Amino acid sequence: MEILMCIIAGLLFAAAVYLMLSKSLLRIIIGTGLLSHGTHLMLLTMGGLKTGAVPVLGEHASTYTDPIPQALILTAIVISFGVTAVFLVIAYRAYQEIGTDNMEQMRGMETDD
Amino acid sequence: MINLPILPILIPLVSAVLLLFLSKRVYAQRVVSVAASFATVIAAAVVLMKVKTDGIQTVDMGSWPAPFGITLVSDMLSILLVLTSSVITLCVVIYSFRSIGSGREAFYYYPIVQFLLVGVNGSFTTGDIFNLFVFFEIMLMSSYVLIVIGGTKAQLQESIKYILINVISSAIFVIAVGFLYSVTGSLNMAHISARLTDIGGEPIVTVLALLFLIVFGLKGGIFPLYFWLPGSYAAPPAPVLALFGALLTKVGVYAILRTYTLFFYHDQPFTHDILSLLALLTMIAGSVGALAYKDVKQILIYNIVIAVGVLLFGIAIMTEESIAGTLFYFIHDMIIKAALFMLGGIMVWITGTSKMDKMGGLIRQYPALGWTFLTASFALAGIPPLSGFIGKLLIVRAGFESGEYVGAIVVLLSSLAVLYSVVTLFMEVFWKKPKLPQLHAKKQTSSLFLPAAALVVLSVLYGVGTEAVYPYVMQAVEALIHPEIYIDAVLKE
Repeated sequence: MEILMCIIAGLLFAAAVYLMLSKSLLRIIIGTGLLSHGTHLMLLTMGGLKTGAVPVLGEHASTYTDPIPQALILTAIVISFGVTAVFLVIAYRAYQEIGTDNMEQMRGMETDD
Repeated sequence: MINLPILPILIPLVSAVLLLFLSKRVYAQRVVSVAASFATVIAAAVVLMKVKTDGIQTVDMGSWPAPFGITLVSDMLSILLVLTSSVITLCVVIYSFRSIGSGREAFYYYPIVQFLLVGVNGSFTTGDIFNLFVFFEIMLMSSYVLIVIGGTKAQLQESIKYILINVISSAIFVIAVGFLYSVTGSLNMAHISARLTDIGGEPIVTVLALLFLIVFGLKGGIFPLYFWLPGSYAAPPAPVLALFGALLTKVGVYAILRTYTLFFYHDQPFTHDILSLLALLTMIAGSVGALAYKDVKQILIYNIVIAVGVLLFGIAIMTEESIAGTLFYFIHDMIIKAALFMLGGIMVWITGTSKMDKMGGLIRQYPALGWTFLTASFALAGIPPLSGFIGKLLIVRAGFESGEYVGAIVVLLSSLAVLYSVVTLFMEVFWKKPKLPQLHAKKQTSSLFLPAAALVVLSVLYGVGTEAVYPYVMQAVEALIHPEIYIDAVLKE
């Protein structure tokens, strides 16, 4: 099971890298979304995918799954959610101000202060 | 007070939340942020004295014992860095009154600066690897806002690249933490270190070491990973740039220092050779950039890259002497970079341009600014009575003693490049004939100049009073060279 999950996470990373190397800003942001999905899947897999009850004590089971990776993923999800929201808004503002979403045209500008 | 180490994190956090409610009252914001920054400095100084007398201070959050809960650890290294960054933040906040502009002040500038300090102080203090990630994100989120606040075209364009690069490095950080968790089964840094000693020189540990080097190298701007830095740092206004240049890359270097002395010291011939090679290339790349540009900001920005290279070289040698040199240079470089960016900001503000061949002749009207800048330049290059000397001396001497001749010579040559670049800047900006005759109504600079000059005075005192700082640094070195001290303090065996 872990092997399958690792392959899937690897495919997500490959897709993310491909998208982040493209010119369009929105594709890049979709790439960061896939990258964070791959990361979170990897984090879950790294904790081990042994069978057991959900980590709730009311289940009265003999074994439970590892609760730590789930807490880490929950933290990482909200952080990447916040960052993605900021990124999207800045991309929107940049589109309004600069008038392009092409990364090739967004370089070499003189700083004016 | 067993909870002392949390104060340098808690005070800026509470004041940032308070400042959010005062967003339209600029005067109240200024008072609260100066009071809070000052309180943070005092708290850090109190913790420093406590660590000096009683050794490493740890706080188990929520009274959960060490490997199970989150532990905050103030050893001498982290509290010295916390004190330095708090002092720098205080000076930058005062500097911001005149320079940041009322538009930015009304849009949460001061709370975000306090949140940045929360992230930086937290990263220095935490004893948990995932908590380090969270504090990194607090710091980075604040820096995203600081880099884009104001919303000029250049800022928007550069912030996109800055965010993208940091999103990628954060993702790699989380994966690296996942790998480390699957190898050791722990997140507490002292516990991980103990477990890794049991595992010893497994190849996977070396892979992890390089993965962490990539992550922290992206944050810290080391050789093949620094390409985002010059563009992104040129975009924000001067006080923000001073904060970034002094604090952000240094947190990356601190994380490399911490992980390479606490986790990854088992396979030194491989990991530390790579570290020293990257350090050399970083110094060379930084020197090339610093010599190539004719722009105040770019010259100072490439000097950050050179300093990161010097620090990395000190870490790579890994003897007691080189680590001591690294710490001396670390604190010096934080102070002097903040001072130089603030002084550079004043120069840009006076002349209205950052191109140095359009400036000239400022020494007639601004002699104090000129001589302070020259002093700061000499301190940066490491001229003996000033602060940059002792750190580089120790690093170079340790380099020669451990046979790293090429590296030590590159450190010396890079000092020459630093000196040449900043003295050229001084000559072009303060000497020569004035090239812009129309702006020679003298501008009032004292409120900008005083906080910058305070940092320069601090750095001169730091250089002259090396003997006074020495016992503190040696206490920090001891805990870095012997990780058992750190582990015993945290796990209380």
